[in-house]
Amino acid sequence: MNHWLTAPILIPLLGGILQVFMGYAPISLRRTLAIATTVLLLASTIILVVLASDDSYRLYAFGNWQPPFGIVLVLDRLAALMLVLTAILAIFCHIFAIGGADEGNRQFHGLFLFQLMGLNIAFLTGDLFNLFVAFEVLLIASYGLLMHGGGRARSIPGLHYVVLNLAGSAIFLISVGMIYSVTGTLNMADLALKIPELAGENMSIVKAGGMMLLVVFALKAALIPLCFWLPKAYASATAPVAALFAVMTKVGIYAILRVYLLVFGDDAGALANLGMDWLFPLALVTLTMGVIGALGADNLKTLVAWQVIISVGTLLAPIALGSAAGISAALFYLLSSTWTVGGLFLVAEMVANQRGSAKDKIVTAPRMRNRTFLSVLFLVGAVAAAGLPPLSGFFAKLLILQSVLSGSEMAWLWSVVLIGSFFTVIAYSRAGSIVFWRTVDGHIEEPRPLGGNVSVAAGALAGLSVVLVALAGPISEFTDATAAQLLNPGDYLEILKTPMVEGDN
Amino acid sequence: MELVFALVIGALTASGVYLLLRARTFPVVVGLTLISYGVNLFLFSSGRLATGAQPVLGTADGYADPLPQALVLTAIVIGFAMTAFVVVLSLRSLADHDDDHVDGHQESDATHTAQKPEETGK
Repeated sequence: MNHWLTAPILIPLLGGILQVFMGYAPISLRRTLAIATTVLLLASTIILVVLASDDSYRLYAFGNWQPPFGIVLVLDRLAALMLVLTAILAIFCHIFAIGGADEGNRQFHGLFLFQLMGLNIAFLTGDLFNLFVAFEVLLIASYGLLMHGGGRARSIPGLHYVVLNLAGSAIFLISVGMIYSVTGTLNMADLALKIPELAGENMSIVKAGGMMLLVVFALKAALIPLCFWLPKAYASATAPVAALFAVMTKVGIYAILRVYLLVFGDDAGALANLGMDWLFPLALVTLTMGVIGALGADNLKTLVAWQVIISVGTLLAPIALGSAAGISAALFYLLSSTWTVGGLFLVAEMVANQRGSAKDKIVTAPRMRNRTFLSVLFLVGAVAAAGLPPLSGFFAKLLILQSVLSGSEMAWLWSVVLIGSFFTVIAYSRAGSIVFWRTVDGHIEEPRPLGGNVSVAAGALAGLSVVLVALAGPISEFTDATAAQLLNPGDYLEILKTPMVEGDN
Repeated sequence: MELVFALVIGALTASGVYLLLRARTFPVVVGLTLISYGVNLFLFSSGRLATGAQPVLGTADGYADPLPQALVLTAIVIGFAMTAFVVVLSLRSLADHDDDHVDGHQESDATHTAQKPEETGK
């Protein structure tokens, strides 16, 4: 039992409850408390990363119930990595939000914190049904956040997003029911023990359940053909919300990594590597679709939203192949792409605020007031996202390519990733040159000067791609160890033997 | 009992999916509700159907699995909240676009609304 594991859930929960009751408090007080909550959350996730880096599994059992009978939180390297990734993204989105985007809705901070809570439960839980609950918590907060700012343009993408995710939740419940009806358990470690023993019709039911689960995770991760809801929804969201949503697709990828390596991993007998032969071609098609969408985008936010889909494809291709090097490279790319995309959403919003009625459309418009600063940020973000040297996207893509060095997979992965990157560069350079270089004479209403919060947040997220390169050594050591830990799920099963009555271990 | 139960789940889910694919928000909301009924019944049956059995050990000859009942309860609560939200969102969309089409307008109106961009709000 390690009580630190509850910190990333309890901190945003308590902070969020405070915000709910403080809807009419002065905005400066609400902002201070909200930021303080996020900072505390970041501190707690850093503690968890330090805890997790000794390669052991830590367990928190609710109510001291022995797993698999109770719900457990499990901390390993992957969970810690996802937690700190989310917390760092969240703190900068939050700093950006207090620059003015949080006005107009008294519950913005509460929803923001509940969203973080849902994400953190999803990363920590060791129980399949609890994962469903976590998805619902983060989704219902995200429905509210997506509508934040109001306006007619948001109601239709919001409706599509909600209906799609409700259908996804129904499929999740059906697959959970199918798996439970045969195995009698939903604890992931216990499932990993029971699934290899299945045979006959029982195995077929679990197989069908497992494939339906993959559909749900693919919907969250925005894998083709379930990705077309994303560009509209993300492009219409307020900038800090869209930037935070950059991690939402990664929850789907996290769930695929967790469930399909642990429960349907190499040791799962007849169900080993379930669905992974589907995942690889789909990932490559997703990447291609993302590039096509990026080339056709008519405004910056849509362009960045398609970048989310490109990164999903790039991430899932090496994960589907399942080698340690590939998973490690994918985790490195996960860090890089999430922060970069978050930063690009913020930059797109800052550009939109300075261009009058042209907003973030890729058209010529009068010169922006802070053109130099914004164009440098956009350049850094675009270089990191497209994967050009010297920023982190380049190293991450290089690691992904290096992880596949033989067979037809290599031919497919290398050609799709390299050609895709080339066209991504074209999409960004087209957008950047039109938005930043081709200006026309004209008068636009003098925009508000860039606030300190806003500049710091966007600058820091873009700057993280430089930090990732500077610290590439220790980070890739951590991701290597994470991949090794994920591919050796035998130790995860030890949590079932943790004695509970004795108390601390 | 199994056959009736399975038929009910099948009918609920099939009608739910059919309604979900409609183009108006009201059938979509009803479809989602029907699907969630079907899913809840399905989840309930994953602990096996039993008559006269209680989810408590030692009170009867057989016992019913209590876990699916807890899962269904959670699913009902979540499903209810989500349905309430989607109803409000549909009403909002109706008020914003004067149309309950899921895309805000019908295809045949596309040229009509394109001529009046100030009305589409884009």
